[in-house]
Amino acid sequence: MAELAAVVGIGQTRYKTRRGDVSMAGLLREAVDRALVDAGVEFADIDAVIIGKAPDMFEGVVMPESYLADALGAVGKPMMRVHTAGSVGGSTALVAASHVQSGTFKRVLAVTYEKQSESNAMWALSTPQPFAVHLNAGAGGYFAPIIREYIRRSGAPYNVGIKVAVKDRLHGARNPLAHLQLPDITEQEVEDSMMLWDPLRFLEACPSSDGACAMVISAADSVTGTKPPAWIRGGAMRSEPTMFAGREEVSPRAGRDCAADVYAQAGITHPRKDLDCAEIYVPFSWYEPMWLENLGFAGEGEGWKLTMEGATSLDAGGDIPWNCSGGVLCSNPIGASGMIRFAEAARQVRGDAGNHQVEGARLAMGHAYGGGAQFFAMWVVGADKP
Amino acid sequence: MAEQKEPVTGIKSPVYLHYRFTAGKAPTRFLTRLKEGVLTGQRCPRCSNVYIPPRGSCPACGVATEEEVTLGNKATVQSFTIVSIPIPGNIIEPPYVVANLVLDGANIAFIHLLSECVNEEIHIGQRVQAVWKPSEEWDYAMDNILYFKPLDEPDVPVDQIGHIPISGWRS
Amino acid sequence: MRDIAVVAFSQSICVADAGAVNEVELIMPQLQAVYDQLGLASAQDVDFVCSGSCDYLQGAAFAFVAGVDALGAVPPIRESHVEMDAAWALYESMLKIRMGHADSALIYGFSKSSPGELPIVLSQRLDPYYLAPLWLDIVSLAALQARMLLDRGLVSEREMAEVVVRSRRNAMANPQAQLAGEVSVEALLAEPAFVAPLRRTDCCPVSDGAAAMVIATVEQAQAWGKPYALITGIDHRIENHNPCLRDLTDSVSTRQAAEAAGVAGGAVDIAEIHAPFSHQEILLQRALGLGGDTVINPSGGVLAGNLMMASGLARVGEVFRRIVAGEARRGVAHATSGPCLQHNLVAVLEGV
Repeated sequence: MAELAAVVGIGQTRYKTRRGDVSMAGLLREAVDRALVDAGVEFADIDAVIIGKAPDMFEGVVMPESYLADALGAVGKPMMRVHTAGSVGGSTALVAASHVQSGTFKRVLAVTYEKQSESNAMWALSTPQPFAVHLNAGAGGYFAPIIREYIRRSGAPYNVGIKVAVKDRLHGARNPLAHLQLPDITEQEVEDSMMLWDPLRFLEACPSSDGACAMVISAADSVTGTKPPAWIRGGAMRSEPTMFAGREEVSPRAGRDCAADVYAQAGITHPRKDLDCAEIYVPFSWYEPMWLENLGFAGEGEGWKLTMEGATSLDAGGDIPWNCSGGVLCSNPIGASGMIRFAEAARQVRGDAGNHQVEGARLAMGHAYGGGAQFFAMWVVGADKP
Repeated sequence: MAEQKEPVTGIKSPVYLHYRFTAGKAPTRFLTRLKEGVLTGQRCPRCSNVYIPPRGSCPACGVATEEEVTLGNKATVQSFTIVSIPIPGNIIEPPYVVANLVLDGANIAFIHLLSECVNEEIHIGQRVQAVWKPSEEWDYAMDNILYFKPLDEPDVPVDQIGHIPISGWRS
Repeated sequence: MRDIAVVAFSQSICVADAGAVNEVELIMPQLQAVYDQLGLASAQDVDFVCSGSCDYLQGAAFAFVAGVDALGAVPPIRESHVEMDAAWALYESMLKIRMGHADSALIYGFSKSSPGELPIVLSQRLDPYYLAPLWLDIVSLAALQARMLLDRGLVSEREMAEVVVRSRRNAMANPQAQLAGEVSVEALLAEPAFVAPLRRTDCCPVSDGAAAMVIATVEQAQAWGKPYALITGIDHRIENHNPCLRDLTDSVSTRQAAEAAGVAGGAVDIAEIHAPFSHQEILLQRALGLGGDTVINPSGGVLAGNLMMASGLARVGEVFRRIVAGEARRGVAHATSGPCLQHNLVAVLEGV
């Protein structure tokens, strides 16, 4: 039914606190041009453009795809703008893939970005709304109580988050595109960093970045480029409301259902065993053990043990490395962060991940979440054509 | 050939957008009672859960919440965080405690401040009570309640948080 | 490719200011209406949900997240959102059905733009470096376009007034319309200019509200046992952003989309055209290749009522309604987005 599709080109910018040297369009073009070169195609070969980003208020431009149409070579083509909160990078990849998997198009360009330096992202996330008590000190303030509940339930030692923070930064030091470059980071340094939202410390939180990520997705009969394609083996999205009575916030059902769906499509029965690596949206350190459980890599209450054993660390030779690129903890242009996960999973199975390559990776997962951990987008990509 | 110029890194382009918000029908009923110093939840006709503050629907069932339920001032700490950075546009001095609290009789948590407490002693399941502003300062706003403070009552077991009747908690 | 049918549609009564209601309260009645048309209990009874809205109209980041509260999304649902008119949510949903990941989809669009100053808000949609700092509002841009059409003799003020007269008259039979009634061309031409050469009556109203639709495979539509209309073609195209880089007296992207959607493949009984300004209806009618046999905007179109972020979807809904009512056999629906018709979607619907 669904046509086979593959990632044939990937382009990313270097992620930085502030890219004052380029316009928004210029930032996107850096990623797009690299993706087109990687795929060995030109704008004329692209059938449709799918763009995603987080709230327009981050840059203060309403529906910016309007103005970006020219720079993205979209004139005369279909162009679509996706917005599903923090999961938007993943959702955009899936919507782009559906343009091909539906048999409607042969080759599409997907691109996501955030130029957070153009506004105060924390303010844009926390605009005071009348009638509501305004106590929102950024996303960390929202997620910290949920993390506290995870720690209570699982009995995890206090330093699991510290361990993740160090591990992902060491991964990021292997990735020249990563925003934070902290090759000498130590657990002591993370522990000594300022407690922002107890139990989350400064170094356990993601940075705020400018950056863009683009992909070219092709139908099986239109594969181009010299590198191997990353075949899309499954893709799924799930949503649930932000708050409802009895909501399981630590391990949201939407995440579990989404994973089950994508595993079924990809023929995965034991994620830890069947997958070679994963790029999972971990903006706050403790979300690694929480998602290890939510996504079925570990049993309930057991996720933190994988982290502590080094199972998710490339440097420790772990069996299921997570976020070899450094993850969201190293680079976080919000609208692009999900697509970076999807693209980095594809880089791994293409054998094109440079110094953070997992040797022999054949099957990898990309994951994104957003809102109050209520919107999920995931895909599994493989080196083998199904 | 043109001389190499420094990049233009910004232009000033002030934008002022004015919005005239309305709360919504269900929130209006809630806010009207709140101005009178009363906390009211709204019950879902399908699943019977009580929501506060109400948004107009039970998000789980997708149906309007009509029936109003008067709630008291006592609540249980579902979880919390001690925040060390300021809230943009808010005068509260860090460190302060932001908690997810469930009022007795309600089935969902809302966010408010905890104070008159030792931050390090706050814990999940703790009983707390609303501290209101002087009545002459009441408005259509949740900050009619200054904060919640600890109560001398036994802790609520975690599995019972969110299921305490309006009549209160008895261990 | 799988045939896809529209099986249910509902929209709010267009009002300038919905008053006290919030977004969830705007959406829920329309969802309930489409559930009732099909005998569904909630969004759990379809395979996919997609919505269209714009944060800036409400003035709050993540405005669409509140929309999820109207769905009853417990257990979790397959759901997505476009920061566009919901006509593009329809497009995304059709891709999902075509690829076999869904047999049915619920689509909705909503906005409550009355709290803000819409022309100024939308001026921030322009190129942030050159155009937005000028606070160039959308009515002024449309007026520039109208001036070009008038000066080139492609449209006359009388023709523009005739569009408004027909819209108001057709809207008298549309219970959701905001502006309806008998007006004369002469009376309209006697009105003063608003943003010259546009008169107030040449400009659409702005309405608060929501619209919802259910689409499905033909098999699913037949299982529901309700009348349906097939979407036999759909396409959308975008143009240059800067109005100076386009020929504003034509709509090239509409022509491209119409050709790809197969508008010319048969007689068109009715067309619902998303034209926020009277001159644009004439322009779009030509770009769509529609002749005198086609009834244009039998609902009155958006000049009679304009649900921001849902008007495009509502055009598809209006064509669907008339086809299942037997008033038309084949119809065209059009949606637009961006300054001076930058981005256009065209769908062809047919009865069975």
